[in-house]
Amino acid sequence: MTPLGLIVNPVAGLGGTVGLKGSDGAQVQRLARERGAVPRAGTRAALAVAELAARCPDAEILTVAGDMGADAAGPRGRVVCERPETTGPADTRRAVDALVAAGAGLIMFAGGDGTARDVLDALGGRVPAIGIPAGVKMHSAVHAVNPRAAGEVAAAFLAGTAHVAPAEVADREGDAIVLYGLMPVPRLGERVQRGKVGSARTGGDDLAGIAAELAAHAVPGGLDVYGPGTTTHGVLRVLGVDTPPTGVTAVSGGRCLVADADAAALEGLAAGRPGVRVIVSPIGGQGFLFGRGNQQITPALLRGATVTVVCGEAKLAALGGRPLLVDTGDDALDASLTGYLPIVTGRGRRVMYKLGEP
Amino acid sequence: MSAHAPSGPVDPADAKVAPKPALRRYHAARWDESLIFEQSTPGQRGVLPPALDAGIAESVGDATASLPPALRRQKPPALPELGQQAVLRHYLRLSQENLGADLNIDVGQGTCTMKYSPKVNDQLIRSHKLARLHPGQHDDTTQGVLEILWRMEKMLAEISGMDRVTLQPGAGSAAIWTNVAMIRAYHASRGESHRDQVITTIFSHPSNAACAKTAGYEVITLYPDADGYPDLEALKAAVSDRTAALLITNPEDTGIFNPRIKEFVDVVHSVGGLACYDQANANGILGITRARDAGFDLCHFNLHKTFSTPHACGGPAAGACGVTGALAPFLPSPTVEFDGERYFLDHDRPESIGKVRPYTGVAPNIVRAYSWIMSLGAEGLREVAEIAVLNNNYLLTEMLKIPGVSAPYAKGKRRIEQVRYSWEELAGETGVHSEDIGLRAADYGVHYWTSHHPYLVPEPATLEPTESYSKADLDEYVAIMRAVAEEARTDPETVRTAPHRSSVHRNREAALDDPNVWAVTWRAYRRKVLDAS
Ligand SMILES: Cc1ncc(COP(=O)(O)O)c(C=O)c1O
Repeated sequence: MTPLGLIVNPVAGLGGTVGLKGSDGAQVQRLARERGAVPRAGTRAALAVAELAARCPDAEILTVAGDMGADAAGPRGRVVCERPETTGPADTRRAVDALVAAGAGLIMFAGGDGTARDVLDALGGRVPAIGIPAGVKMHSAVHAVNPRAAGEVAAAFLAGTAHVAPAEVADREGDAIVLYGLMPVPRLGERVQRGKVGSARTGGDDLAGIAAELAAHAVPGGLDVYGPGTTTHGVLRVLGVDTPPTGVTAVSGGRCLVADADAAALEGLAAGRPGVRVIVSPIGGQGFLFGRGNQQITPALLRGATVTVVCGEAKLAALGGRPLLVDTGDDALDASLTGYLPIVTGRGRRVMYKLGEP
Repeated sequence: MSAHAPSGPVDPADAKVAPKPALRRYHAARWDESLIFEQSTPGQRGVLPPALDAGIAESVGDATASLPPALRRQKPPALPELGQQAVLRHYLRLSQENLGADLNIDVGQGTCTMKYSPKVNDQLIRSHKLARLHPGQHDDTTQGVLEILWRMEKMLAEISGMDRVTLQPGAGSAAIWTNVAMIRAYHASRGESHRDQVITTIFSHPSNAACAKTAGYEVITLYPDADGYPDLEALKAAVSDRTAALLITNPEDTGIFNPRIKEFVDVVHSVGGLACYDQANANGILGITRARDAGFDLCHFNLHKTFSTPHACGGPAAGACGVTGALAPFLPSPTVEFDGERYFLDHDRPESIGKVRPYTGVAPNIVRAYSWIMSLGAEGLREVAEIAVLNNNYLLTEMLKIPGVSAPYAKGKRRIEQVRYSWEELAGETGVHSEDIGLRAADYGVHYWTSHHPYLVPEPATLEPTESYSKADLDEYVAIMRAVAEEARTDPETVRTAPHRSSVHRNREAALDDPNVWAVTWRAYRRKVLDAS
């Protein structure tokens, strides 16, 4: 069985318990400790390990010494990397490299968005990873719902019963939440419901259906502007367009005009078109439609466009009823994007969903 | 009292606590039974029909000649060949491996209304008066059953407040489909076929969305508001001149009754749409409120739920659609009519949507439901609803005493006939999921169901006790839930790998999700599984 690599960011989550907005940077961490914060990433990682061990007794865990993994891994952990003096981003990246070099086929990391970014930088998609939620900021979609669930997902991956799909790593930069990249993350297939109607591919995001719905309503010669994210990226791939998921893609007649377009390029392409559609999906766990991670889509572009929001039903349900958020920077435009929006969830299927103020 | 009970004076505080019901030492039968096709031995026979009398054979001639050539088989069907005893044994074994409705405390299949189906009604079905009837007989020779159909229509019209009722659909989903087909025909008859959207809610049964989609409508789904009620503002934003209808359940699958239902109907009417009430959840509101009173144009009942007939695995069950006079011309054909002297079938219905099932529906189930209603009367029906609601709220109170379970939405309010619970807290604490709890419940001999997808309520479980179960039954069910929740904490491995005492261990669930693997017929099994290996 492929070994798993465990890494704990020992300072993750430190800021949260004492009212700080994050734990990135030595200064914030010092402040947090002064305010009496206690590290919690280690205990959360230990829960994930316990769950993994219960489900997959043969699992082999490669890890980093001390509070960066070995403490949480317990007796089944094999240290393949010394604990660095400091625990900054570069240290995390180096440690992840060491775990992969030692043969880890999956990285389980305890931390928040900052840690996820460091892991993504180090891995660059070489092996998949799963996050143990332990940070303050968790805008990314790479963390399991709770620590035990991370252990469960890891066990399923090692047993070969999970499939790997890209998930968003997002982080806050100043006031903005920015999509940083896509990380391959193992997923447990939605459990098939029992006892009722035989289910056929229930719960999954119906990307092909969404693509067909968009095609059915396309204006000939019109411009389609796809925002960043896993759903839009997935729809584009169904259409045969494979562009960077973190950027904005402009498409017309099924052909990609520009990948990773900037505001000027988009506004230029839109000019004089018979119709412009801006197609976005809620970003990260916060459910932002505009103003976070897609500022290339400017108020000027939006004013002359129709907005189509696409989202799979399972992802929408996971928002737990929280309204979707809009912050374009233009008050009049924001005001026009309030109330309810019909969200495309499949072919001929929409959900009326509430828009709110950030 | 058990031998281990402590002697001495009983603390009055303890005396109030009911004794914990003992858990059953249940084990299902396991026969490892092969498919009946695999048991076939060429030449074996169950029945040898006698040859025709010469006279009959002569006067009938070649009977197959009356069939259109395209419908005639070229080869005899490849049926399994077995003796009678082998067939009987096969099906008995299968029935023993089944946790059937008459066998378990079937409160765990929420939304299904698993009530007792009185066996006395089966005697009516077996009587030669019904069993020997052929639905193709002339009306003059079927007056009795036509009278039952006619009276049944009148009773369901009274229960729903509607003007006319059809009994033709063979299940709830078939009834919803029938309603959608009538909605389509209604708008077409008024030159309003541009109405191409149907609105429903996420907690209404998904058959509503599915039937609308099948009929070619675009489906708009409303999410609940923060309290779990359908969101009226969302409905207002969704309606337009494209709205054909609202299809809605009330109470929804959460067991929460929407007290503003009339406002929903009014909003849809204000744009020219129709309002269609899925009354398959009617068990807690019989005799208390009616579809017509809230202004609905159409509704449907599942006779196999609310009116006690067997569920029959999605058909032949029995659905009934009720409509207002404005929609009556579109009812399936034929209708059953009475001219003051005789009952007859009316096939002359130019605007009818046609047939949704042969003849007049699933007669045995209609007769069972008729008998059930007749045995209860109007007050009895209301009492059914009252006991169903009482049972449900007792179950709710007891369930919420189990650490780790909650009932999201409508906090502090009572529920109607079912509750959608959440084990989110227990799952977070133990890693044991609602599905695991359900499989472990099978080890104690009871059913359990989660919820439709998508899971809006995390780690869901839906329980519906109906009026059929006693307090002792409900206590036993709660004791099982409590025991499994305790096991999740002390021995999660056992729960996660359940069932251990059931007929089969685990199904290959992924196969159920893959059309390339699943096989629901012998032919498909041969092609996809046997030939492939
Ligand atoms: C509210 C509701 N509507 C419709 C149906 C569909 O009925 P059937 O299973 O008979 O097709 C059900 C079945 O559970 C239901 O609960």
